[in-house]
Amino acid sequence: MNDFIRVQEADFDINAEYQAMRDNNREDGAIVFFVGQVREMNQGSEVTGLYLEHYPAMTEKSLQSIVAEARGRWPLLNRVRLIHRVGQLHISDQIVFVAVSSSHREAAFEACHFIMDFLKNRAPFWKKETIAYSGLDGKKSDRWVEALQKDKDALDKW
Amino acid sequence: MKVLFFAQLRERLNCDSTELNIELPARVNEIREALLARFPDHTDLLQSGRALVAINQELINNEAAEVTASDEVAFFPPVTGG
Repeated sequence: MNDFIRVQEADFDINAEYQAMRDNNREDGAIVFFVGQVREMNQGSEVTGLYLEHYPAMTEKSLQSIVAEARGRWPLLNRVRLIHRVGQLHISDQIVFVAVSSSHREAAFEACHFIMDFLKNRAPFWKKETIAYSGLDGKKSDRWVEALQKDKDALDKW
Repeated sequence: MKVLFFAQLRERLNCDSTELNIELPARVNEIREALLARFPDHTDLLQSGRALVAINQELINNEAAEVTASDEVAFFPPVTGG
C-alpha cells in the first residue's frame, strides 16, 4: 500500500513531499494536497502559540484507519502522504499535510477532503492555544480549543 | 483496571491515568459511572458526549461495549486536530 503516515514534531517541506508524490509516478493524472497552518485569530481571540497534544499509541493507528476507509471508497486512490505535527507551534506554522494521487482528479479531490474531515473528528489530537489576554494585567493565558459542531457536521456529507 | 486521560481531562483530573476497582469484563457505561464517582467535581467533562472513549486505541461510540482485563482504555475530550 502506498501510504506514508507520520506524526512528528519537526516541520515538513512541501517541495519534498510533492516530489515524493511524483517520483516514478507514471500512472496518476492528479495530485491534490492540503496544508493546514496555525492562524492568528481563533474563536474571537488573538492566538500567539499552539501546543498539540496527542495519544501516541493511538494516533498513527487512527490515521491509518482513516486512510484505509478512504481507499475503500475511492479505489482509484494511489499514493497517500499524511503528516501531522505535534508539540509547540507558532503562528503560520504548518500543522498538517495530506496529499493524495489518483488516475483522475475526482477521486483525488474527494479523498483529500474526506481524510481531513475524518482526521478532524477521529484522530486523537488536541490543541491548546496561548492567547493574548485582553485583561488589564496584559498576561497571556492558555485554553483548550473546543471541538466545533461544524466539524462534526462536515462528516454528514460523506 | 487502569484508565488513561488526555488533554483537558488529564489537566482537570490532575493525573494521566487512574486505577479503578471494577469487576471485569465491564461495560463502558459502568466504567464511566465509576469515574464519575471517583471524580465528583469533574462530572461535566466525564459525561457521555463530553468524554470520548477509546478501547485498544480505537474510538468506541457504544456505551454498552465490553472491556476486558487486557484492554487499554482511554477517556478524552472531543478531538481538535488538523
